[in-house]
Amino acid sequence: MKSLVLISGKGGTGKTSITGALSVLFKNITVADCDVDAPDLHILLKPKIEEKEIFRGGKLAVIDNDKCCGCGRCRQVCSFGAVEKNFTVDRFLCQGCGVCYWNCPENAVTMLRKESGESYISRIKNGRMVHALLEPGEENSGKLVTEVKKKAEAVAVGSGSGIILIDGPPGIGCPVIASLSGVDFALVVCEPTKSGIHDMKRVIDTAAYFGVPVKVLINKYDLNPENRKKIIKYLETEKIELLAKIPFSDKFNRALKQGKTIIEYDSGCDESMQIKNAVYKIKNVLDI
Amino acid sequence: MKKIAIASGKGGTGKTTVAVMLSRLLSKKFKVRLLDCDVENPDCHIFFSDAPTEKEEVCVFYPEVDTEKCNCCGRCQQVCEFNCLFVMKDRLMFFGELCHSCRGCKLVCPQGAISEGSRPVGKLFNSKVEKNLHLDYALMNVGEARATPLIEKLKKNLKSGADYAIFDSPPGASCPMAETVAGCNYAVLVAEPTPFGIYDLKIAAKVVKKLGVPCGIVINRSGGEDKIIDNFARQKKINILFRIPYSRKFSCYYSKGVIKENFFPGLADKIIKEMLRI
Amino acid sequence: MKIAVSSQGGSLNAQVAKNFGRCPYFLIVDSETMKFEPVYNPASSMTGGAGPAAARVINEKGSKIVLTGQVGPNAMSALAGYGIEAVTVSSDTVREAVEGYLKNKKTED
Repeated sequence: MKSLVLISGKGGTGKTSITGALSVLFKNITVADCDVDAPDLHILLKPKIEEKEIFRGGKLAVIDNDKCCGCGRCRQVCSFGAVEKNFTVDRFLCQGCGVCYWNCPENAVTMLRKESGESYISRIKNGRMVHALLEPGEENSGKLVTEVKKKAEAVAVGSGSGIILIDGPPGIGCPVIASLSGVDFALVVCEPTKSGIHDMKRVIDTAAYFGVPVKVLINKYDLNPENRKKIIKYLETEKIELLAKIPFSDKFNRALKQGKTIIEYDSGCDESMQIKNAVYKIKNVLDI
Repeated sequence: MKKIAIASGKGGTGKTTVAVMLSRLLSKKFKVRLLDCDVENPDCHIFFSDAPTEKEEVCVFYPEVDTEKCNCCGRCQQVCEFNCLFVMKDRLMFFGELCHSCRGCKLVCPQGAISEGSRPVGKLFNSKVEKNLHLDYALMNVGEARATPLIEKLKKNLKSGADYAIFDSPPGASCPMAETVAGCNYAVLVAEPTPFGIYDLKIAAKVVKKLGVPCGIVINRSGGEDKIIDNFARQKKINILFRIPYSRKFSCYYSKGVIKENFFPGLADKIIKEMLRI
Repeated sequence: MKIAVSSQGGSLNAQVAKNFGRCPYFLIVDSETMKFEPVYNPASSMTGGAGPAAARVINEKGSKIVLTGQVGPNAMSALAGYGIEAVTVSSDTVREAVEGYLKNKKTED
């Protein structure tokens, strides 16, 4: 079984639109949406949910008022200022470290796993999709991302699917690191803007730090010829393969407004041809 | 000092554009501090020719182990909720990226072998970039997992002396975004009128509401399809502050690292008026 | 020799898990008899720090070698700390991985 993840560093470079378009070109695919705090891929792929599971993320300290003697030790030891004066715990500030639990002389603290989201296994036209939704504002430690990936692996094995396509989150922190682990390669979607280049380099460094090979796809490539050249030069020096160049176009938005991927919207246009070409190369690289 | 956060659920909707533009517009009349809280990928500095160079290392607590005193009893390994400490045959190993700096290990060590150490997680930059405008940003080290300590540090460093502080938030709707918006007087949610845009806007609005911060919406790449956002805004009684038209020209300017404050002159007035009303 | 293999399931025909830290199981295979013991990897569902925690599991089982796919930097230093060697394999099943490793070793010797 092979897997690849789309990441970008910067948000809004087109990861989800491109993941959606790539996905419809595979037979019996498993798609995983790992952008769990703002997932969008379901809007394109319209999954029918078959299984749902509550996700329990980090822990939360709960103080039993009957046992609490009011000594204030917990307030003293908490590094996050999460215990209020009346000995209740602030849900957002508590990191679930358990320092209060270990230090309470009355054993009045219990550590509970908080329900902080849901994950789903669904059916899509040409395979399965695993996705999730993190409760707004919760810590995205990468655990839910890992859960989505694990489910995707199990689903892929069960359904005989040869490939897992992962839509990754923006940034370079926890969720990105979690979505990178164990993949065959990462496809970095970048745009020829100054900020896009800056963020692309940081995400490539992150992948390199964890030993994941990368390939690049330039979106909106004709937006700024100078920056495009900079990207291509950088890729040549770093010996990173460029998989496709997709023009700046309103077509993605027009397709999206109809709830379609660009391939379903206009399979003959330049944008679609570039994506088909990328899929051809991906299949070659992964030997599928 | 009034604090305004610029946030969005979806990435790439134009947070940085709005934050930079708003800061420039405000700086004509007021003293402004722009804080780029997207520490994983800070981009605000790209739009200033005089980008800050002054650096300060940001460090967090990590357990400094006295190998003489440590007898490898494993108590610290037992209490560490984040799996950072591992007792090997004859020594203790520490894995920093996941440490939340809770000091649990230090508190429980029966040998008193753990003391207050510090570990760099990123760098802080700040300087005056234009008249009346000061930029602060932080750059998280590659390979680090947690952005929140850097955001906390940025916010802590914010001293009085400015009339307005503008916080450019990271994308998403999880803890780094919540950390940025918490404690602000007002939040501007930047959204695109697309199915992706509205879905993520709804999530972002939920976080902002949970935090008790009043908010308004700026529609970016507006182009006759704003209805989906208008309907949501009406339903939730959130005001639409401004509509930035869809234009390839803006995108081209942005790609070169140029955001001109005279693109949308009314933006700052609208946001401030709305803020004062609330 | 006890060889640990990161695995998707509890048999020799199970797929080798490509990810060391968060693999569901380790199979501890006796290279002489090919008898094995499956061990659940509690690190697979940990919030963070899975790599070193998985290394600890292998250490507790007394194996000095692990056949797996990708090993993160933290897992690598933890394995080194425990004195466990990690070998990257591209085989499909656990059986193939172990047999391939033994064959390679023989030619090297």
